[in-house]
Amino acid sequence: MLIYLPLAEVSVDVFLLLLLGGGVGFLSGLFGVGGGFLMTPLLIFVGIPPAVAVGSEAAQIVAASVSGVLAHMRRGNVDFRMGGVLLAGGLVGSTLGVQIFKVLQGLGQIDLFVSLAFVAVLGAIGLLMLVESARALRRRSSGRRAAPVKRHQHLWIHGLPLKMRFPHSMLYISAIAPFAIGLGVGMLAALMGVGGGFIMVPAMIYLLGMPTSVVVGTSLFQIVFVTANVTFLQAWQNQTVDIVLALLLLVGGVVGAQFGVRAGAKLRGEQLRGLLALMVLAVAGKLLVDLVSMPDDLYSLGTLGKAGV
Amino acid sequence: MRAFLALLALLAFMPTAKAQPLVADLSSHLIAITTGFAGTELLLFGATEGEGDVVVIVRGPDSETSVRRKARVAGLWINRDEMRFAGAPAFYRVAASKPLAEFVPPALRQRYQIGTEYLRLQAPADANPDEVAAFRAGLLRNKEAQALYDAEIGRVSFLGPRLFRTRIVFPANVPTGAYSVEVLLVRGGQVIGAQTTPMFVNKVGVGADIYDFAHDWAAIYGLLAVLIAVFAGWAAGAIFRK
Repeated sequence: MLIYLPLAEVSVDVFLLLLLGGGVGFLSGLFGVGGGFLMTPLLIFVGIPPAVAVGSEAAQIVAASVSGVLAHMRRGNVDFRMGGVLLAGGLVGSTLGVQIFKVLQGLGQIDLFVSLAFVAVLGAIGLLMLVESARALRRRSSGRRAAPVKRHQHLWIHGLPLKMRFPHSMLYISAIAPFAIGLGVGMLAALMGVGGGFIMVPAMIYLLGMPTSVVVGTSLFQIVFVTANVTFLQAWQNQTVDIVLALLLLVGGVVGAQFGVRAGAKLRGEQLRGLLALMVLAVAGKLLVDLVSMPDDLYSLGTLGKAGV
Repeated sequence: MRAFLALLALLAFMPTAKAQPLVADLSSHLIAITTGFAGTELLLFGATEGEGDVVVIVRGPDSETSVRRKARVAGLWINRDEMRFAGAPAFYRVAASKPLAEFVPPALRQRYQIGTEYLRLQAPADANPDEVAAFRAGLLRNKEAQALYDAEIGRVSFLGPRLFRTRIVFPANVPTGAYSVEVLLVRGGQVIGAQTTPMFVNKVGVGADIYDFAHDWAAIYGLLAVLIAVFAGWAAGAIFRK
């Protein structure tokens, strides 16, 4: 059954979108990741204009993160002070990102930029995860246990000025570091249509030294507001938020995530991570091949006088 | 003076007054893009007076079109050069009752822009002609790949000596706007009858309302999109928490 997406201005099969939402939702339930970094490239593969894919995916991430952040707030797993600093950076970064997006779109380089950004980010993340899970599997077979994460190490980050107390995370560190992390993640959110949790969570643990118990809740807190800002700005300035598309993905995503969580409880973590890493690398590889292989037609049509496609 | 003008007017309208050489109409003058739109087709039918062959030219709204060319930079294929053409129709189809070469001389094809190779696409005046030709070919190729142009000539079939009909197929991605359907009756290399029928492609229904709202009230649409997303996320979470 085809549905005409009003802002993407293409007809797409409803079941394909539900399946995509369900599949990525399943994976995000299985692995505990947001899934935006998989969804945006997949939407582009099925023919949604990249600009609309990025804008609509931001709306879907808002929806997908809301119930998570509410649950974490109820359990007291959100460091609002840290979240606030991350969010301040995120708002600046995402607002900047939407402007950059607009300029690149005018230059005809947004597709290239989105693809390159995904190749770089997915490639790096996929490799790290692959190495990590390979190591974990080797450790498991040799019977040793993973070394615990050391907190309160003295990193260069701790030498920065503007120190601030974060009682919930039991930290006294410079506000510049979380602000900068938030800024970078905010830019990614605007330019790539991702939540950025896959970068923010490791950064919070390894760079800021936050306790793992509050990391996920705090990053979700930042993601909800930053992607809401991206949704608003993309809709306002570029008209690239297709709410019909976002809702269809959400329906599939919510259902898929439930099954994912159940399936995840039955599988081993290291194998899961290895699997996810391979999938992330496959997406990055496909994007890279598309960039380096000679296109079927060197000529393509740009858009004029019509924003967002 | 007045008498002369009246005579002139009479002369100008003489052929039509005597016998209309061509009448044609469409099965519908409106294509409505609804939420379930997956392309459609219209029937064009008509009658001719006396001998002749028929050409049908369907054109979507003209707009400035930008064509970009990729080049290899540091191993990556990226958009480098751009050329803009004025006068490119958003949609273009030609149908005829016989192969064009058999009855339409090049001068006519030029004048009525019959066939993609005769489309008047205006490149910047200072552009290199070889480049213009390459970019023009690129534009036509891309439009054909998107099924918006068709280099193939469609078939106008005659039912008996006077009645004719043809089907015009519009793909799912048909651009919106005001279209014109031009029907020409050609005899002996001359156009002896012409009729232009307007046609519209509009978005209607919920999809159209969403599109208009998103463009006319972009900021409010953005706020609503965020609210809908938050509510949908909360509701979905609430349903599955049980």
